[in-house]
Amino acid sequence: MRLLITAGLAVAAMIGLALPAQAGDMAYSGKLLLTQGVSTIEGSAGGGLATWAVITGYETQDGIGANVHATYVDLSDYTLRDYGASVGLFDRIELSYAREAFDTGSTGAKLGLGRNFTFDQDVVGAKVRLFGDAVYAQDSWMPQVSVGAQYKSNDKDAIVHAVGAKSSSGTDVYIAATKVLLDDSLVLDATLRATKANQTGLLGFGGDRKSGYSPEFEGSVGYLLTRHLVVGGEYRTKPDNLGFAKEDSWWDLFAAYAVSKNLSLTLAYADLGDIATFRNQHGLYVSLQAGF
Amino acid sequence: MTLAKTILAAVAALAIASPALAADKDAGAAPFQTDALYKAFHGKPGIDRVVDTLLVLSAADPRISDIFKGQDIPHLRQMLDEQFCYLLAGPCTYTGKDMKEGHKDLGIQETDFNAMVENLQKAMDKEGVPFRDQNRFLAKLAPMERVVVQRSGAPKLLQR
Repeated sequence: MRLLITAGLAVAAMIGLALPAQAGDMAYSGKLLLTQGVSTIEGSAGGGLATWAVITGYETQDGIGANVHATYVDLSDYTLRDYGASVGLFDRIELSYAREAFDTGSTGAKLGLGRNFTFDQDVVGAKVRLFGDAVYAQDSWMPQVSVGAQYKSNDKDAIVHAVGAKSSSGTDVYIAATKVLLDDSLVLDATLRATKANQTGLLGFGGDRKSGYSPEFEGSVGYLLTRHLVVGGEYRTKPDNLGFAKEDSWWDLFAAYAVSKNLSLTLAYADLGDIATFRNQHGLYVSLQAGF
Repeated sequence: MTLAKTILAAVAALAIASPALAADKDAGAAPFQTDALYKAFHGKPGIDRVVDTLLVLSAADPRISDIFKGQDIPHLRQMLDEQFCYLLAGPCTYTGKDMKEGHKDLGIQETDFNAMVENLQKAMDKEGVPFRDQNRFLAKLAPMERVVVQRSGAPKLLQR
């Protein structure tokens, strides 16, 4: 799996570097740098942890854009590896897929699961832009608003039931509002998500403490330092459905650098709180995205 | 006809006959309150340089050079000079057409608009306009996308 993510990063980098030569006009086209956000761990376009209302890819309403990404989060007692792909259709519809691998490493043995026990999850997402404009409508406070859904399926049905989850699959729905405030060089997002997911689904859906949907918040603030570089922070609340271990909100501080319209690199310090009884999980978040 | 109506009619007739009398309202946005940005652009000479670079880059830009073919470039340069100077709170009057009329029948798409913005960013870089000030100026221009972009490449169902 580690090999796979390394290969994923390498492929993403190669695609990104090759695109300007290969794709001709495609590489020239599109939105302004960084206005498509970056790929989140759930595959949708956003800030990394938070999904935004923007549509993936550098294409405008005039065409189709796409991205592949590979992400690695090195936590205190776990690692999260994540790769995926997304397509943006006419800056209106986004379809995405992500594969998350939550590797317990040596912690797996302490949890009684076995060393390197890994929870794998598929996330299939769709997002539709409803109204408003994040970038052009600078004479208005109205943000760009999109709604979306993410179907998530975890491959460790027996384990997630054993820790108290009700299901190994579930669907999140969200409404996201994103606005670029060019006057202040700021990017803001606020997203409301209805979810049953424990640790975004890696520990299943619903639980012994609460089985239904919870309304949760996720948001980002970014400051545009240059055309290529945005720095900022994110915050994401999550349900606390499982009795065996409490679940915390997530936050991060990030820097996203667009090498070109075909390649971007995101580095972050992520704090994911307590996960499955192991306290204070934090560490480096690295993500590479390639596309057009 | 009352006197007021007569004057109005005369002014309207003049405005139609002479585009030079078109009002500042056609500049597509209200100017900044202070001349801080005008100074950041190094005044009128700086604005002229930015516009020159913008036009040179755009005429040579394979994405949008077709749009500039057959256009009266000296006139376009003057209109952009006036518009930028007016919006940046410089001592200028904009005498051109409004943004909708000025871009009529050019078939400009969002992608073209963005290409122009990117060239403007390069031109502002070259002039040494600080990034934050560039963004403040772009915030003024961005809403013009609504009227400048008159053609969409999206299927009807997905269009805005």
